Order: sequence, then structure tokens, then C-alpha cells
Amino acid sequence: MEKSLLAPGHRACAGCAMPTTIRLVLDAAGPNTIVVSPTGCLEVTTTPFPESAWCVPWIHSLFENASAVASGVEVMLKRKGKDTNVVVIGGDGSTFDIGMGSNSGMFERGHKILYVCYDNEAYMNTGVQRSGSTPFCVNTTTTPSGKQSQGNPRPKKDMPAIAVAHKVPYVATASVAYPVDLRKKVKKALQANGPSYIQVNAPCITGWTFNAGTMIELARLAVESGLWPLTEYVDGELVGVKKVRRPKAVQEYLKLQGRYKHLFKGAQGPDLLGKIQAIADANIAKYKLVD
Amino acid sequence: MSEKTTNMKVVEGSYAVAHAVMCCRPDVISAYPITPQTHIVENLSQMVADGDLDSEFLTVDSEFSALSVLIGASACGARSYSSTTSQGLALMYEVLYNVSGMRVPIVMNVANRAVGAPLNIWNDQQDAIGARDVGWIQIYAEDVQEAVDATLQAYKIAEDSGIRTPVMVCMDGFVLTHVYEPVHLLDKELAREFLPDYKPANILDPAHPMTFGAFADPSTFTEFRYQQFEAHQKALVKIEDVAREFEETFGRYYGGLLDGYFLDDAETVIVTLGSVVGTIKDAIDDMRSVGKKVGLLKLRSYRPFPVQALRKALKNANCIAVIEKDVAIGGEAGLVTDLKSAFYNSSIRTPIIGFVAGLGGRDITIKDIRKIVAKAEASRGRIESEFEFLDLRTEIL
Repeated sequence: MEKSLLAPGHRACAGCAMPTTIRLVLDAAGPNTIVVSPTGCLEVTTTPFPESAWCVPWIHSLFENASAVASGVEVMLKRKGKDTNVVVIGGDGSTFDIGMGSNSGMFERGHKILYVCYDNEAYMNTGVQRSGSTPFCVNTTTTPSGKQSQGNPRPKKDMPAIAVAHKVPYVATASVAYPVDLRKKVKKALQANGPSYIQVNAPCITGWTFNAGTMIELARLAVESGLWPLTEYVDGELVGVKKVRRPKAVQEYLKLQGRYKHLFKGAQGPDLLGKIQAIADANIAKYKLVD
Repeated sequence: MSEKTTNMKVVEGSYAVAHAVMCCRPDVISAYPITPQTHIVENLSQMVADGDLDSEFLTVDSEFSALSVLIGASACGARSYSSTTSQGLALMYEVLYNVSGMRVPIVMNVANRAVGAPLNIWNDQQDAIGARDVGWIQIYAEDVQEAVDATLQAYKIAEDSGIRTPVMVCMDGFVLTHVYEPVHLLDKELAREFLPDYKPANILDPAHPMTFGAFADPSTFTEFRYQQFEAHQKALVKIEDVAREFEETFGRYYGGLLDGYFLDDAETVIVTLGSVVGTIKDAIDDMRSVGKKVGLLKLRSYRPFPVQALRKALKNANCIAVIEKDVAIGGEAGLVTDLKSAFYNSSIRTPIIGFVAGLGGRDITIKDIRKIVAKAEASRGRIESEFEFLDLRTEIL
């Protein structure tokens, strides 16, 4: 196997999906790539000065401006006649929330940039606070479950739909548990004539609380339950969906995670589990996940 | 007048500055529209549209993104330019620190304007003075010509390998951006001679992968900051050198760090920055004609703050009045506080009194200047009021 472009020795948690995701992305993108990252787990675990885990050129500026920084990189590369991949890799906090304006601007201006969101569904770097990506009922430190709370009261923001609405030519969802699919999507995205967006389900051991050895299994269950459909949009059209042979009940996925623990204890649990199952069922119907 | 400077035209200040930017040949320009900066970027857009300026012009979603784009572009070797003012500069605040900390030599014209609330689009200098600690060099222009010349000088200062620090060229909004006056537009070839192409030592390049923007823990953070501090100390010399080099090429010089007007024998000295200098010079001419020994110290470089040069230039004064268009609410105001601090450990014990004037576009008149001089003179015996708002309309309070 060729040397990874993300060197070992970074400081991510054992059982974290993020470094695996990044390695898969970089494998597919290759060394002729410049990566831009917003502030987050990725940045703090890979670049404590004077060390760096990055074997491709990498730049970090702030939390909310990675897409703008990448726009400057892309424009200058084009000016110099360089055909180098420009890839933003950021977490869901910067992607869904604080960087939204900058992302929207980059999408709308049509820069040839691949934006990869490793989505762990909360602000993990600051200690598991709710983000716009946090799914319904998730226990976070700012949407804790309690006597009068069942965790996050709102559904997850549909970021891929927002990218599609910008007429981003290539939009896909992917999962760390499906590496062949992820690599293929990265390669396709880099061929797009304009911006592209890939949102990768990336379980966080600290925020989701699960057994480190089950990270990949967990990510696979998200797909198999219908909660994380693997989709692909080209020029706004849904062109690809990963079929699920026999959908698993959402409980199979939820019960392995501490962030949903309260649903398996309280009186309201069954009702809420039913609501989460309804989200999965809606996905199954919408994306025709089952033949 | 030098033969090198015959290209004099009556143009709007914003056009003159845009023309200067064109002569600096930026690779990437990124800006967001805000009054009174708009004419600068509109002119630049037109120059790009007409093929007179070979730059990439990015229209972005906010001032925050405008400056962020330039970080990426500069990291790939671009000479970069932006312009903003007021609320836009305030929105950039986080990026301002990032640009200076990453040692990105961006040059930005700030069309100085009040910062709301209340909303006010007119000139004062609260925006830039409020950003005095962000690590950028700040040069203030008296008139359009100085804004033009300082823009070219700014790149030479910013891109110096020992300095690598961004520069704000501050020009009073409307007063300078929208005024039509005769200007020596820069000669493109002379500008190229004066300012060679930008060739940074380190760029984002897959052939030599490097990491930009790593985080620093307590064992190194102070040293990063110290290096920025040191760069500003070097800039004290560089700003003067560049002003002299500019004089050699273009035949114009009006001080590097600061300039004086009837300063040598002045007993009462007014210290200020920006376009109000013109009014003060007229007032001084009047007062000199009746034998009053009044002089002016115009500060060009507010950051770095030229402590030694100020001590030297003001050593003969026996009273000093600072006039500034900003206020540090809860304290006094930027310039007067810094000036007092510069003198505290020196032998100079001249009274210094501060005046806040011209906020939100209110005119500062010759009459106001006379009033200030009278108050300054009275302070020689005993300081009645150390700091005040000039011409406060007490009837509407």
C-alpha cells in the first residue's frame, strides 16, 4: 500500500472516524492537492506547531472562512495555470453553521473546489455541543436530556439539499464504512466542472460514546437503517443511491450509542424511537432505498 | 516640479486610489461593497473589465470572506488587495488578527467612517483606530495624493521579507474618497520599478508541501506574537526608508512616520492625523500672521506608533493639543492616550490635552482650531480639562 498523505502520529482519539475519512479522501485525491481546513478537531489533532501530519500543502485560517480561503487558493492556482485539486475538509459545525455564508458564496461563485464535510453531528472539538447537523433527540452538552428534555428537539439540517439548491454540479453523501464508494465519489467530484460537496458520516467516539471497535459497524448501521442514505446528485438530479437489502430497525443503530441512551430508559422512549424510525422510513421511501 | 511627475489630473479620490492599486499590479482583489468605499472597488472592477488591469476580482458574500479569500490567494503567491470601511472593517475583525498573525502582506484602503450605532455613513476614524491592536500597520493620508502614494509605498513596506505585515492605508471617507482634486496619478512603469513583483519565500505548492496556520501552544505562542512586535519595530525604519525611496523615484515626500508644519519654533503644537490637517494648516497660517507660534504635527504612521520620533519632534513645544475623530469610550481616545504614554518615561512634561472632534462627519472648522489652540495655551498654567468633546451640542442632550 502506498504511503498515506495523512501521516500517523496525529492526535485524534482512538476510534475516531475522522482520520480514516481524511485518509480515504486523500488517497483518492492524490498528492497534487491543496487542502484547506477550518478550525476544528481535524486542525487541532493534525497541526500542533511545529508538527504536522499533512503530506500535502495545507492551510488553516479560521472557523468560518475555509471556503473563502479555498476560493483564493483556487483563483490564484488558475491564474498560474496550475491544475491542482483544491479540497476543503471541515466538520459539520463549520460546514452547516458558522461557515454557511462563506460556503454559499463559494458554491454560488462556482469555484472548482471539492468541499468534504466529515459529519459527526455536533461541535465535538469544544465538548459535544449541538450543531445544525445534530439529529433529532441526540443528547449533547447544550441539548442534554433531562426531566423536561429528550435531547435535541430539531431534525438535522439538510445540507446536501442546500448544496443542490446552489446548483453545485456534484453533491453526494458517503460513509466511512463504505471506503470504495467514498473514494469513487471523491474522484468523480474532482472531475466536476465547478464546486462539489460530499458529506461523510463520521462517528465520533467522544460525542456519540460507543465501543471503539464498533466505529465502522456503527457507520454501516446508519446506512442500513435508512438514517444515512448514500446518495449522489449530478447537476441537481439524483443519479445514484446505495440500495439497502433489508433495512435494519433504527434501534439497532441507536442502542450502540450513549447519545441516545435516554431513549431506552424513559417513558417517552418508545414514542421517540418511533419518530426516529419514521425519519428512516421517509428516507427509505424518498430515495427508494429498498428494491 | 520633477519631470517624473507631470501626469496631474483632476479626478475623484477613489479613482486616484484605484489607479494607484492598478499600478501595484495585484493578482487578486476581493471586496464587498460598503459606503464610502464603493467607488474604489467599482473603479477597479471597470479597470479589470476594460482589460487595463490584469487581476482576478472576486465579488464575495461579506467583508469577512473578502479578506479571507486574500489569505488563500496570498498563500499561493498572490499580491492581494482589498478595501473597506466602518462596519465592514468591524466584521473583518477576526480576520484582521489572522492576516497579521499569518504574516500575509495584504494592503487595504480603509475609507474611514463612523461605526454604528447609531448608523452613520459619514467620516470619522473610529473604525481604524478601534482596530489599532490587530497587528496591521496603519498609515493615514492627509489628501488624495498622499493616499495614492501611500498605497504604492504600503506594498513595499508590507512585502519586505523582514516585515511581512499587512498595511491599512487610511483615508477619510467622503472627504478624500469623493473629493475631486488635482492629483499626480502614478506612472505605471515607475511604479513597477519602485515595486517589483511579489515573490514570497513560502507558498502552498504540492511539489513542496507545507503546513500554514498550525496552532501554537503556550510554549511558542508568545514568540509568534513577539515576532510581529519586532516586525513593527523594523517597520519604523522601513516606512521612513520607503518614503525617501519614493521621493527619489517620484519626487514627492511628506514625512515617513510623521510630518511637521511650522513645528521647529512652535510653542503650541496640534497633533492629529488624516484630512483635518488641511484645515489646521489654514488656521495656523492665520495665527502665524498675527505672531502666534502655533505648529502642527501630522502623524502618518499610527501603527507602528513612532515614540522616539514623536519625542524628538515635540521636545520644544510647551503645550500640545491632540485632535482626533475617535473616542475610546470608558477611557479617552486612541491618539491622545498613546501620546501621553509615549512621553511618560521621557523628560518631556508638556501638558497634553485631548479633543474628540469630527465624529460621524461633523465638520471641524478653522474657528474650532482657534478655540482648541486657546484652550491649549491656557493649559500651560493649569490644565482645566484634560480631555473633552469639542463643540458638544448641549442643547440636545
